[in-house]
Amino acid sequence: MTQYKKREKIQRVFHYSLLVILTIFIIIPFLLGFWTSLLPTADISKGALWSSHISLDNYVTAITQTPIIRYLFNSLLISLLTMFAQIIFCSMSAYSFVFLKFKGRDMLFYVFLATMMLPFEAEVIPNFTTVRDLGLLNHYAVMIIPFLTSAFGTFMLRQAFLQIPAELKEAGDIEGLSHWQYYYKVVMPYSRISVYTLAAYSFLSSWNQYLWPMLTTFSDNFRPVQDGLRQLQSQETFNNWGMIQASAAIIIIPTLIALFFGQHYFKSGLNEGAIK
Amino acid sequence: MSIELINISKTYNGSDFILSDISVKIETGEFFAIVGPSGCGKSTLLRMIAGLIPISNGQLKIDGKDVTNLPPQERALTMVFQNYALFPFLNVKDNVAFGLKARKMANSEINTRVNHALELVNLTDFIDRKPGELSGGQRQRVALARAIASDAKICLMDEPLSNLDAQLRNKMRSEIRELQQKLGLTLIYVTHDQVEAMTMADRIMVLNDAQTQQIDSASNIYDTPSNTFVASFFGTPQMNLIPITLKENNQLSAIEISLKFSIIKSLKAGNYLIGVRPNALSIDLESNETNAVVTNIEYLGTHSIVHAQLDNSQEIRIETSSKRNLSVDERISVSVTGSHYVFSEDGQKLLNTNGGYTDGNSSKEPQLQYSI
Repeated sequence: MTQYKKREKIQRVFHYSLLVILTIFIIIPFLLGFWTSLLPTADISKGALWSSHISLDNYVTAITQTPIIRYLFNSLLISLLTMFAQIIFCSMSAYSFVFLKFKGRDMLFYVFLATMMLPFEAEVIPNFTTVRDLGLLNHYAVMIIPFLTSAFGTFMLRQAFLQIPAELKEAGDIEGLSHWQYYYKVVMPYSRISVYTLAAYSFLSSWNQYLWPMLTTFSDNFRPVQDGLRQLQSQETFNNWGMIQASAAIIIIPTLIALFFGQHYFKSGLNEGAIK
Repeated sequence: MSIELINISKTYNGSDFILSDISVKIETGEFFAIVGPSGCGKSTLLRMIAGLIPISNGQLKIDGKDVTNLPPQERALTMVFQNYALFPFLNVKDNVAFGLKARKMANSEINTRVNHALELVNLTDFIDRKPGELSGGQRQRVALARAIASDAKICLMDEPLSNLDAQLRNKMRSEIRELQQKLGLTLIYVTHDQVEAMTMADRIMVLNDAQTQQIDSASNIYDTPSNTFVASFFGTPQMNLIPITLKENNQLSAIEISLKFSIIKSLKAGNYLIGVRPNALSIDLESNETNAVVTNIEYLGTHSIVHAQLDNSQEIRIETSSKRNLSVDERISVSVTGSHYVFSEDGQKLLNTNGGYTDGNSSKEPQLQYSI
């Protein structure tokens, strides 16, 4: 008995030490980045980790002397619009793949799914010529329209909708709910966890887009943050590293907020009680 | 509201019938049970009445009006499901009000109806809870309240109690029956549990093999089952079915002295099945002429069920209230003391009954003794 307990204790110590080591490795770059954003650039260039001038000056410089706020606004607008569009279009297509019966439905779904296999990089050139011909370059539209829907989102919501017990649909039919009513009164609230997850996912992936906006935007008026950050670095001959770090710290804030609120919904068990 | 089914059939491929030629007229205010083993099509039949599944052939009338091709909401009925089908994101009140809101009823009217329905099922204290915070019985009561709140006078129930534990099921059984009486609902109740059907229903439809086997009151079904399926489906423990052979008219082939049956009507030579309920058999402990061996005993408190093998190796079940302890492998003398039935060889037809209630008139016809 005591031997067993002892072994369990050793095992636990081992597990936790491993976790602590991993945590240190993962969190140190973040802490280092945040810390350097508080140091004057002169000290960073010297490679010093300690300075007598710990201040928020870099943040003030970033906000007042660079278009970072404009970048943030651009990104926020693009990400929010992409997020709402994806929720609406993905949920609607998923609904039709689950609740509407039409010829070739499953075949169509597999074709739809097959587009997921295509890496985004492979689509960049044809997409670029398309948006160029449409005259959308250097505008918000170019960063939103190609991402209005996603095969992954449809797939994810379809799986979620398949979990809805068939009796709820029957109960809805008896009350005379139309497809539209069933969609927004039952299906969406029932699958809200998956919808929130998709919302967080699409917001973050839009927020973190880099390649596509780099190719399609040429002015600060439309440039999102990730590309803006890159812009800060090359704009001046002298790189103000402290300020760049401060900007980087500013732009991860929305990501953290999204994760913080998203996390609350990711717990399971909210759908208990529909059926036994 | 009366419901009339006229030659209703269901097939998915045009040749294999899941249900064929179902006809019955269910009267206003009747508690009608559809009972059968799993896979017999009883839930399909209920869903066809509800309008959730299209009817392949036949006609469905509600109050004399043909509703065969009407969508569910125009048939003015409600349905209670086996697994409750509550909306987990709505509280009890909104769950009950769901259908009323969908029908765009005035708010004050909705409130009165919801409160009234929740009062009837004793859930007034749980009005703000989510289904996840309720027990199984309470969830099913919410589903009942949802059916009550609607003004539909027809209620369909699809095995509503089978997810509940035995004690609760008994309680809910009488609650549902009371509610049905109080509200004057025409209720169609699907179940695989013969006890539920017998205790609750005014009339029972027995379904098996896509066909109606019998439609009658519980006591008639128990007393005069139309075939061996119905006979063995109703009553616990199951009825004994013993094959016999008559060589010539009224002459038995088997010679061994075993069970003795008296049969009122003369029968042609051929094979028959004799049905005897376990409680119509008794064990004579005094007799020396034994005809069976005990193989197993189930003690149930007030009575025991004795499994025995007759000397012609036929297995039978006997219900006995005897206090004397029998033991396995003991030889016993079994005799028929109650009513029994003669079925055709294929079990499809009831040819003859001989119950205690016919004894008074039995002198009119010769009593023949058969033994196997």
